[in-house]
Amino acid sequence: MEIKTIGVAGTLESSDIQIMISKGTNGVEIDLDSDVKKAYGDQINHVITETLNKYGIEDAKVKATDKGALDCVIKARTLAAAQRATETQDKPDLEVL
Amino acid sequence: MENKVKRNLPDDLMKELDLKPFETSKAGNPTVQRVAPKVRVTEGQNKVVDSLDDVIKNNLKDGVTISFHHHFRNGDFAFNTVMKKIIDMGYKDLTLAPSSLTGVMNDTVIEAIKKGVITNITSSGMRGSLGEFVSKGGLKNPVIFRSHGNRARSIEDGEIKIDVAFLGVPNADPAGNANGQEGDAVFGSLGYALMDAAYADKVVLLTDNIVSYPNTPASIKQDQVDYVVKVDKIGDPDKIGSGATRFTKDPKELKIAQMVNQVIVNSPYYKDGFSFQTGSGGAALAVTRYLRQAMIDDGIKASFAVGGITKPMCDLLEEGLINKLMDVQDFDKGSAASMAKNKNQQEIDASWYADPHNKGAVVNNLDVSILSALQIDTDFNVNVMTGSDGVIRGAVGGHQDSAAGAKMTIITAPLVRGRNATVVPKVETVVTPGESIDVLVTERGIAINPKRQDLIDTLSKVPGLKIVDIKDLQAQAEKQVGVPKPLEYTDRTVALVEYRDGTIIDAIKQVKD
Repeated sequence: MEIKTIGVAGTLESSDIQIMISKGTNGVEIDLDSDVKKAYGDQINHVITETLNKYGIEDAKVKATDKGALDCVIKARTLAAAQRATETQDKPDLEVL
Repeated sequence: MENKVKRNLPDDLMKELDLKPFETSKAGNPTVQRVAPKVRVTEGQNKVVDSLDDVIKNNLKDGVTISFHHHFRNGDFAFNTVMKKIIDMGYKDLTLAPSSLTGVMNDTVIEAIKKGVITNITSSGMRGSLGEFVSKGGLKNPVIFRSHGNRARSIEDGEIKIDVAFLGVPNADPAGNANGQEGDAVFGSLGYALMDAAYADKVVLLTDNIVSYPNTPASIKQDQVDYVVKVDKIGDPDKIGSGATRFTKDPKELKIAQMVNQVIVNSPYYKDGFSFQTGSGGAALAVTRYLRQAMIDDGIKASFAVGGITKPMCDLLEEGLINKLMDVQDFDKGSAASMAKNKNQQEIDASWYADPHNKGAVVNNLDVSILSALQIDTDFNVNVMTGSDGVIRGAVGGHQDSAAGAKMTIITAPLVRGRNATVVPKVETVVTPGESIDVLVTERGIAINPKRQDLIDTLSKVPGLKIVDIKDLQAQAEKQVGVPKPLEYTDRTVALVEYRDGTIIDAIKQVKD
């Protein structure tokens, strides 16, 4: 899946995560900012990468600002941002959900 | 070595500082020897001095112990006024022994540590930038954290020997009679500072309000005071405590408060003349409101409430639902102002309040105590000191004391906060041992310590109360947030947490960056 523009989803509210996806060339590169980075950083990165890969995105730059989101929230925000970045929000790929 | 709550303590430090590991929450009946302060005799009609510099110069030398109180909380001007001068005058190796450290003091303490002015600290707690600074190894010697009752004990038996106490007060007469109840920056009870006034070799009052002699009620008395220093402004009344206490609208907190109320009114302790303690958190304040309605409906009155006092508790006093408030500190403007007009709001010092080694503290007369937690583990051990990132961001306060004294100690906590579980397999730092905790109330259910089979039997019969195993609560929390990666610490000990009898309950290590 080709990234056509910068896709953003999520807010900076407590228990949310803001995901910004743009074009990349070297796999999924994540710049994560989180208060729980020490305890859950690996897990958050894993969920983002896995969700993007499932959506057919292998290369992307991701800026993630986490405010303590649970995995389900991270997945949803990543998917929404991916749809916006690939301009496929009108025809979401429900299979990956 | 490992102590009774299975915490590994640093052998070298334990030996060097001659400390013993925590054994039990029971104080027993030891005979203890107290110490007395040195007294420089004066006739003392007029102790008012203009120059704080002279007072410091004539009474401080390198290596001594100085103390402050934290009743002004974030509206404190006394601490920074004094400490900045001490830093400028170039003193070294001081021990700082305040009742606690509030956010407004952080920058000055960090500066004093960096310049070698302060090399040892004992406190109830620390937060924000100072907690982070210490957790990252900023202070060479470990901080000693003590509960309010333990600080009183340590002062009485000489473990903390205060050379000079600098005590800010909203009023004082020229001879040194002072209270916390009148003036611009009123904070109510002087409870913690009364220990310093009674046991420090030199007592320096700082005030912006010198009144005519004799000043009553005299919480601090003229026979204890060496100097009265006049300053421009001693505190910011707007930052001492929040004005009107707002009733929480958080549905989770309200649900927890309702459940706590159910636990109390269905416990064997809920009868005419019962007593209780609550903290200042949202859930605790809401409990007070639900309890009020229950007491009116059931025609039950409390003999006393103790602790940090809040406005909702003063309202209950004025309504006649509580006979007496035993008041060691006031958390908000309403309760601070209330002390001056309610003779049944009794000021108590920290020893009377919570000292384990006296002839009986108020907490020992408590039926029900409602306390909070940053973390609680499946052995009911509670952490109120370090965050889930391992960084110091709390205070022992009266937590250990109230839990040890009360017949039923209830911990209130949401199951998770953001992505951090509150109910965990093992707390980062043990502050209060599980053996003194009886009930945990979360929004997902109530867990009762297995050693309280009587409470399990009684409360299981109450319709609508969901009694669960604490391990189930922990599993639920883990299912929601996942399993965190264990935090990494270095081998260096940055702080030791004492239990109220002076034994060591846990050590806090330096966090890895």
